[in-house]
Amino acid sequence: MAVENDLVNLDGVEKSFGAVRALAGVQFQVAKGECVGLVGHNGAGKSTLMHVLAGTISPNAGKIIIGGQTQAEYSPARAKALGVRCVFQELSLCPNLTVAENARVFHPAIAGFNWRSRAGRLIIDKLDEIFPDHGIRATDSIQDLSIGKRQMVEIARAFTVSDRPAELVILDEPTSSLDAHTASQLLGFVRRSVAKGLSCIFISHILGEVLRNCDRIIVMRDGKVVVSGDAQDFDRNRLITAMGGIGEEAHAVKADDRVGIRAALPVTVRARPAQQPDRTDLIAHQGEVIGLAGLAGHGQTDMLLAIFAAAYGKKSGIEVTTPLALVAGDRQSDGIFPQWSISENIGVRSLSRLSKNLLISRPLEMALAAFWRDKIKIRTPDMDNNILTLSGGNQQKALFARALASDAVVVLMDDPMRGVDFGTKLEVYALIKEEARNGRTFLWYTTETDELKNCDHVYVFRNGVIVADLRHEDISEERIIQSSFAGTH
Amino acid sequence: MAAASGMIERDGGVRLRRVLRTLLPALSLSLVLGAIAWLNPRAISYFGFTLMLSLAVPIALATVAQMFVIAGNELDLSIGTFVGFVCCITATWVHDEPLIGALMLLGCIGIYALLGALIHLRNLPSIVVTLGMSFVWQGMAILLLPKPGGKAPGWLQSVMGFKPPYVPLPIVAAIIIAALGYFILMRTAYGAILRGTGGNAVAIGRAGWSLLKAKVALFTLTGIFGVLSGMALVGITTSADANIGNGYTLLSIAGVILGGGEFVGGRVSPIGAVIGALTLALAASSLLTFMHIPPDWQVAANGIILIIVLAARVLISQKGTDQ
Repeated sequence: MAVENDLVNLDGVEKSFGAVRALAGVQFQVAKGECVGLVGHNGAGKSTLMHVLAGTISPNAGKIIIGGQTQAEYSPARAKALGVRCVFQELSLCPNLTVAENARVFHPAIAGFNWRSRAGRLIIDKLDEIFPDHGIRATDSIQDLSIGKRQMVEIARAFTVSDRPAELVILDEPTSSLDAHTASQLLGFVRRSVAKGLSCIFISHILGEVLRNCDRIIVMRDGKVVVSGDAQDFDRNRLITAMGGIGEEAHAVKADDRVGIRAALPVTVRARPAQQPDRTDLIAHQGEVIGLAGLAGHGQTDMLLAIFAAAYGKKSGIEVTTPLALVAGDRQSDGIFPQWSISENIGVRSLSRLSKNLLISRPLEMALAAFWRDKIKIRTPDMDNNILTLSGGNQQKALFARALASDAVVVLMDDPMRGVDFGTKLEVYALIKEEARNGRTFLWYTTETDELKNCDHVYVFRNGVIVADLRHEDISEERIIQSSFAGTH
Repeated sequence: MAAASGMIERDGGVRLRRVLRTLLPALSLSLVLGAIAWLNPRAISYFGFTLMLSLAVPIALATVAQMFVIAGNELDLSIGTFVGFVCCITATWVHDEPLIGALMLLGCIGIYALLGALIHLRNLPSIVVTLGMSFVWQGMAILLLPKPGGKAPGWLQSVMGFKPPYVPLPIVAAIIIAALGYFILMRTAYGAILRGTGGNAVAIGRAGWSLLKAKVALFTLTGIFGVLSGMALVGITTSADANIGNGYTLLSIAGVILGGGEFVGGRVSPIGAVIGALTLALAASSLLTFMHIPPDWQVAANGIILIIVLAARVLISQKGTDQ
């Protein structure tokens, strides 16, 4: 590929978040007037790469070359000046402002007398162009619009031009909230714009959209570009193979004794997603490790929270027979009590057992904490230290200890291993296996396919419903990716 | 087809609730006015309104001041003592040495701008910072005027005592204040950015705007309107007292919320806030006096009216978010 024709050229871009290496030396080019499809499984690094291009994340190493010039000080403002526009997956509109005002936020040049009607005309004209009969008015407040219409406004805004040109528009899962009709309107518009010389990066989990609308497809995996080529050279199977990689070692499965056990043990959780069209249930028996898989944000966390809510109040469609505990995914906001000691953080789920005459017994709390420190090797000189003195992985261990020390028979885990180092992960896997043998049930949502190999049974979620139900011997990265990515809309 | 008509109905429902939400402040004001008219028809007159709403102008200005910080998801717990301090400056320095007095008032606005910068840069909770500042303002007011006294400048007294034809001054002033607040926050291009920082600060930052400048702008506006409120108050009372504005902190917050604003999300309405302030000013004293509620109980009765009106408001906006 000729370098002088490249609009964007990323050369060896690396980015790490703590111990996690999100981008491991990415080579990435987009030519002028080209639509590039970007696909990859959870954690492949797609979103991080887009944030680097938008200037909201600065890489640890590597060069960003835009329009032939190496960008030393790259920022969101610089990206905008160069004409790089981004429609992020999490919407970036102000809900309290009107459609026209949100257009104004995007275009500092629109100011002075009559700015409202000029901003309104700009955005409505673009909406008319992309989504005829959209039914949105410039004076509508964003908070009063449906999620689909908000996404239409956000997309249209990225294509509007005032004083700075639009050279490259990045669309991250743009069709996720659009219906089939508006999605096809958008894809048609993208094709027309690309024909006029605009460049586009298109990220989607709907492989059919990518295959049909992109000139070139780039597949990412583990923070690297693994395959890149003309879209005509790909089909669905080749994409899935590239994303997941086959030829992984066959895992030792003792299928025979597992199937027998499953039927014999009592059911502890039976739940069905709210939008599930058929009668597929998520079923967990005592002593099982159940995986919830699929792309991030496709209803797995909602399912866990619904099960959790059902345990504390009747909810139709969900049956929970035993006490349960939840290990939160975002430990900083939902997990730890940052002002408390490690012992207090572990004991809080078991207070009734630890208290005597309405007071918490310190000796009992200490004993419990000491037991779990030795059992799961929380690395600290003193369990009375503040929880924040622990490393991230050890904080997560303390949260596991909180759940496992409790009377809960079912433990819900909301992708708890994010950002945890490998050694800690192995220790926790062993712990989960041991606890499951002792009769506990685990419902484990994880975005790491490798972790699912620890599960007896995996349910794959897509768009809020269960689309596949895999037994242990059927669990493979390929099968999970195949179910996570829809062929057509 | 069926789905489409359902969508239109839902859109219509949203619009209806939105209209209801914006009309609620006006509705509660007319309710209070209706009660006053029923209890004492003679109060509904030029003279009656001038008397009943005499203190409404400084309350309305303080409420609009509070509204600016609330638009940016912050809260100013110092506005009451700040208004009191401004009163003391106006009744002493502005009266005796107008130039130095004016510089002092400008300095006060500058301190507000610095507070905004401090809150943004150090990521401090505005409640804590402004609570601390409330004691600073109060202390400085007492230093300046240990005993009630001082004298409002003559020009200020004549401005506040001006009697326009047909419409009483407080109503004219309320309309001007509301129009000014509406123009600054709702009509100017930068006002949209200011409100946007309350709605989704990340999005504003991503679009390349400085969040620091926005916060400083909001706090500066609060300082300006706080100064105007103090000056208006001392123009009416003619002399000052260090504790004169203490009640304004909670009154201004209640006025913003009563006027359709929300503590977070950048949802505020300048016109609603002024109407809220008028409602509170009327309900606070005139209505209760006409209802023959003894002065000992008026403060408690005032609180109960506030709770009832706010509960009605929350009920309507909650219905909006449920669906």
